Amino acid sequence: MWDRNQMAARAAKELKDGTYVNLGIGIPTLVPNFIPEGVTVTLQSENGMLGMGPFPYEGDEDPDLINAGKQTITEVPNTAYFDSATSFGMIRGGKIAMAILGAMEVAENGDLANWMIPGKLVKGMGGAMDLVAGVKRVVVVMDHANKHGESKVLKECTLPLTGKGVVDRIISNMGVMDVVPGGLKIVELADGVTEAELRAATEATIVD
Amino acid sequence: MKKVYGSAKEALDGLLFDGMFIAAGGFGLCGIPELLIDALVESGVKDLTIASNNCGVDGFGLGKLLDTKQIKKMMSSYVGENAEFMRQYLSGELELEFNPQGTLAERMRAGGHGIPGFYTKTGVGTVIAEGKEHKDFNGETYILERGIFADVSIVKAWKADESGNAIFRKTARNFNPPAAMCGKVCLMEVEEIVPVGSLDPDQIHLPGIYVHRLIKGEHEKRIEQRTVRKREA
Repeated sequence: MWDRNQMAARAAKELKDGTYVNLGIGIPTLVPNFIPEGVTVTLQSENGMLGMGPFPYEGDEDPDLINAGKQTITEVPNTAYFDSATSFGMIRGGKIAMAILGAMEVAENGDLANWMIPGKLVKGMGGAMDLVAGVKRVVVVMDHANKHGESKVLKECTLPLTGKGVVDRIISNMGVMDVVPGGLKIVELADGVTEAELRAATEATIVD
Repeated sequence: MKKVYGSAKEALDGLLFDGMFIAAGGFGLCGIPELLIDALVESGVKDLTIASNNCGVDGFGLGKLLDTKQIKKMMSSYVGENAEFMRQYLSGELELEFNPQGTLAERMRAGGHGIPGFYTKTGVGTVIAEGKEHKDFNGETYILERGIFADVSIVKAWKADESGNAIFRKTARNFNPPAAMCGKVCLMEVEEIVPVGSLDPDQIHLPGIYVHRLIKGEHEKRIEQRTVRKREA
C-alpha cells in the first residue's frame, strides 16, 4: 500500500512538462514535492494566480498573496495575477491541462463527490465544480476505503455530486485505475498490493 | 465630477436602503473592503442580500454584518470559516444560495457587461442544476446561469487615481473587478489615492468608468492562514 507521500509521488508522474495544473487541498498539495526532474509545470491557484510558489519564509508573509486554501504563499519568476472571472474563464475554457483533487467518493462512470455530506456542516463547493467541469483531465487522489473499511470507489456515488462523469484517473493507496467504458481498468498496483486484493477492495465494476 | 470622498460613511450617503442587494469583492479575508463593511455596520441598514465568495470570519470582514444580523441572504461559494454563519443558517435566520466559485465570478462579470444570462457546464448533474434551464450545444449539456445586477458594489484596490482608475495587488484582485462592474454604483476603498496622470495608463487593471465613489484608509489586512517554511541555516 502507498502512504500519502507515495500517492503524491505517483500523482506527480502524471504531470507533463510545460503544462498548467491546478492542485486541490489535502494530498494534492504534496505533489509539488515530487515533480520529476526535467518537468516544469505552472501551478494555478483559482483565486487569481498562475505560477504559485512555496510557503514564504517566516517574516515574509504577505496578506495580499494567498492560495485558494487562504494560506500565505509566494510567487515565482513567471507568476501572473488576474481576477476571479478570468481565473475561472481559463478553467471553464479548458486551458488548464489537469486538476489533481481529493475525493470522498468516485463512481465507475467517473462521477465525483467531494463537497458535502448531508446532515453535516455544509461549507460549500468553492471552485471544485468549476474545476471538474472545465479542466481537460481530472485525476483523483484518495484512500481506497473509508474509516470503516468500506470501498470509496463505487458503482454509484451516494453523496451529492461535484461533477458527473468527470474523473479520468483514480490514484488510491492501493493503485491506479482509469475510468473507461463499462467501468474501471486497473493501470498499476501499489507496492505489495495484488490484483485480487484491489478487486476485492473495490465496489465498482472492474473491466479487463 | 468629484469621486473622492472623505470617509466610507460619506461615500455610502444616499445609497442605502433596507433589503438592498450588495456585491462585495474579496476572497477569504484577502482584498476585502474593510472600511466600507465597517460603515455598513454603523449605518444599521438591514435585510441585505450580499453576493460575495465568502462571508468573512467570526468578528471580521462580512462576519461583522452577521454579528449585527444585518444580512438576510448570502450568495457564496464557500462559508466554512464562520461559526456565527452556521448558527444563523441552521436556525433559519439566514438564507444561503451556494454558487460554484467560477459561476459566481462570471455572474458578476456578466451583469457588469450587460449580459443577463449565460450557459455553463459547471454544476450539470448536481444539485446546482436543479430548476435551471438545460440546453445542449455541440452534444454537451449546459445550464443557464443569470447575470448579477447589484444595487451597490463594495470593493478594495491597492491604489487608484482621483478619476478611479485602479490597480490591484497580487491575489487581492480576486473578485474585486467583477464585483465592481456589476453594481449600479460602485464604491471603492484603496490604500493610496494618487493624482490623475501619475499611473501608467497601460497598467490600469480596472478603468475608472466602473468606480463612482472612492475613499482611502488604513487596512488591517488580517491573514487567515499564516503558513511559512523555516529558513535554511
